[in-house]
Amino acid sequence: MILTLGHFLSLGAILFALSVVGIFLNRRNLIVLLMAIELMLLAVNTNFVAFSHYLNDMHGQIFVFFILTVAAAESAIGLAILVLLFRNKSSISVDELNTLKG
Amino acid sequence: MSVTTGLFYVFSAIMLFAAFRVITARNPIHAVLFLVLTFFQASMIWMLLKAEFLSITLILVYVGAVMVLFLFVVMMMDINMENLRRDFWKHFPFAALVGVVIALEMSAVLMGGFRVVDEPSTAVVAGASNTKELGKLLYTQYIYPLEVAAAILLVAMIAAIALTLRARKDSRFIHVSDQVRVKAKDRLSVVKYAATQAAVPTPAADAASEEKKA
Repeated sequence: MILTLGHFLSLGAILFALSVVGIFLNRRNLIVLLMAIELMLLAVNTNFVAFSHYLNDMHGQIFVFFILTVAAAESAIGLAILVLLFRNKSSISVDELNTLKG
Repeated sequence: MSVTTGLFYVFSAIMLFAAFRVITARNPIHAVLFLVLTFFQASMIWMLLKAEFLSITLILVYVGAVMVLFLFVVMMMDINMENLRRDFWKHFPFAALVGVVIALEMSAVLMGGFRVVDEPSTAVVAGASNTKELGKLLYTQYIYPLEVAAAILLVAMIAAIALTLRARKDSRFIHVSDQVRVKAKDRLSVVKYAATQAAVPTPAADAASEEKKA
């Protein structure tokens, strides 16, 4: 049995599906939601690296590099907002974020 | 079945288990640690795909910085998990159904449609370096996106600091812009005053000095 591109793409798909389930389950817990988003980005990056290897094209890896950069920026700002939220509400429950509701 | 195939299945199994624990762990610190394990396994899988630079970057930069930031934030907060996990499993059947449908459909399409096998022509040439190839592309063709990425990181850093900065009310500090705007005449006024003046004897002072002498 030999590894094909399909194996790696399926791994990415399963990881992505797992993080979708995680978003369903942890719909109140903001910090686990952020972690599920990180998992999704990891799945996408795995797909990029697999394509880059099997199609013998380095541009996929460049893309992964930029996705990592943007993901790092995103999680830094996300965590800063989380800290701010916790400071003001003493809770990170998504249910309590209804102050913008009309 | 070659060694690589076996390693792929081992890494994938650990990775999927760790990812499952990330989304179900009761303690958020355990969730972060399982996320670190997931990233390690992903990096090993990237290593199997001969993306050495990205694989090491993922560990050094992502696990070393971003995951530690997650860990800091989780440890800093006193999270009431009972409230957050109230009816945690209520939507599990629906969520599992959606997840299984996504995974099965995508796997069916991908396993059927992408039977690309690693051709022997792409075998490692002596002296070829993944890092060197990546660097050549990054610093020639992708130099402008690279600078944009650097700007994004800078903006993110400033935004994170500006969001969480909290001015203390009891701290004593000098307002720099006020201080710069100060003119000399606001602080110092020159008063004309004669250098020599005749002493004016006051009766009360004279009386006091005479009492002391006596």
